[in-house]
Amino acid sequence: MKLPVATALAWALITPLAITGASAAELQTGGKLLLTGGVSALEGGAGGGLATWGVIAGNETRDGIGGKVHATFIDVSDYTLRAYGGAVGFHDRVELSATRQDFDTGPTGAKLGLGKGFTFKQTILGAKLRVLGDAVYDQDRWLPQVAIGAQYKTNDQGDIVHAVGGQHDSGVDYYVAATKLLLNQSLVLSGAVRATKANQTGLLGFGGDKSDRYKAQFEGSAGVLLSKRLVVGGEYRSKPSNLGFAKEDDWMDLFAAYAINKTVSVTAAYVDLGDIATFRNQRGLYVSLQAGF
Amino acid sequence: MRHLTSRAVLAAVLALGVAGAAFAQDAVPPDEKPVDPYVPSNANAAAAPRADARVFEAFHGKAGLTRIAAGLVDRSIVDPRIKDIFATTDVPRLKRTLAEQFCFVLGGGCDYTGRDMASVHKDMGVTDKDFNALVENLQAAMAVEGVPFFAQNQLLAKLAPMQRKVVAR
Ligand code: HEM
Repeated sequence: MKLPVATALAWALITPLAITGASAAELQTGGKLLLTGGVSALEGGAGGGLATWGVIAGNETRDGIGGKVHATFIDVSDYTLRAYGGAVGFHDRVELSATRQDFDTGPTGAKLGLGKGFTFKQTILGAKLRVLGDAVYDQDRWLPQVAIGAQYKTNDQGDIVHAVGGQHDSGVDYYVAATKLLLNQSLVLSGAVRATKANQTGLLGFGGDKSDRYKAQFEGSAGVLLSKRLVVGGEYRSKPSNLGFAKEDDWMDLFAAYAINKTVSVTAAYVDLGDIATFRNQRGLYVSLQAGF
Repeated sequence: MRHLTSRAVLAAVLALGVAGAAFAQDAVPPDEKPVDPYVPSNANAAAAPRADARVFEAFHGKAGLTRIAAGLVDRSIVDPRIKDIFATTDVPRLKRTLAEQFCFVLGGGCDYTGRDMASVHKDMGVTDKDFNALVENLQAAMAVEGVPFFAQNQLLAKLAPMQRKVVAR
């Protein structure tokens, strides 16, 4: 498994660079309107931040191939999470993404008996297919833009995952996401239903001593467009609680996404991740820097 | 003599009951070129008008929309992304009909006298990218007019679905 994962990750990160290089002479980037491709979700594809959306990453329309790279940093009371990766959007129809997440327990690692700075690493490979609707143009109908997708996640700490009751060190999430821009109200709404076994999105493995079955979870975002460049809003993401040693909470955030220009955007959020691995009330800052093309 | 003949023809056409088409040709404003006959109708504007005039007022009425339509066209005909598409366009006509269309869809009480969206943009090969470039030029023109961002989006909400008629499949 290791090799294909690494190859795919490298491919997803390098392809964007190659494409950018090839089209640099044309002096044009993308054809989408600002922020209509969403921002990068924590799991790599286009989304709002914690939630995955039904839009396809990158600035390209159905006539091109675009994409987005991101570096994301979350700093809550007892942990930090670093994520980086990229997504390629083919003809505004298909999205392939690869993301690496490092969940750093820092000083908390010692208290958990794992050792200071113990870090769980997770690789996520995603594929998304847009199936109907257009989030931006379909302003005369209620139909949102709908996409289906899957995320293959693999965790590098199988032994610890098993020690805390996790059943698997890899797993696949399946989701349906629906996203709609409501221009008449200057709102953007998105909701997704995800079938998952993941503990803390997979950072603590998949399935647990309490349950090893797929459960349907909801994730949603609502934002208001304050200018062409700025969207502010909030998100909610429900999660299963499969592990006996520590209950798992739903996640939420309040975010602001700002497009500095067509290429670079920043998301900043206040996140509440609830209890994580017995440490309570994990709240703090989420910052993500993105480059789209 | 020539004049008389054309009047006679006009009378005959009117009598045949295609008054709409004949009228459209007859009433070409002085700075515009004639176009092939068509039947003018507000249905050609491709969107139902807003029920109230609140947003229309945020655009500073018909005068504001006339400035915005002119600003949109002036930007688009020099925009390297899309200017080639406008190479042979009758600019005064486009500015006039766009202002009418915006006024009509915002519930400003104007009539739209231009052609329908599907047939006028047919065979132009307009892409999503071109469409979005035009939207950006419109956003710039609305900003210059000082239209609040929320009201700008309310006009865009009326125009966005026209992508299905304007963009070539
Ligand atoms: C929602 C977007 C659009 C609206 C509301 C719109 C509206 C109009 C209107 C009202 C006319 C004049 C009709 C007439 O002369 O009777 C027109 C003509 C034209 N439009 Fe558009 N248009 C849109 C998008 C575009 C785009 C994206 C392009 C190309 C980039 C474009 C290129 C043209 C051209 C070249 C003409 C002149 C046609 C001719 O001279 O025969 N339009 N459009």
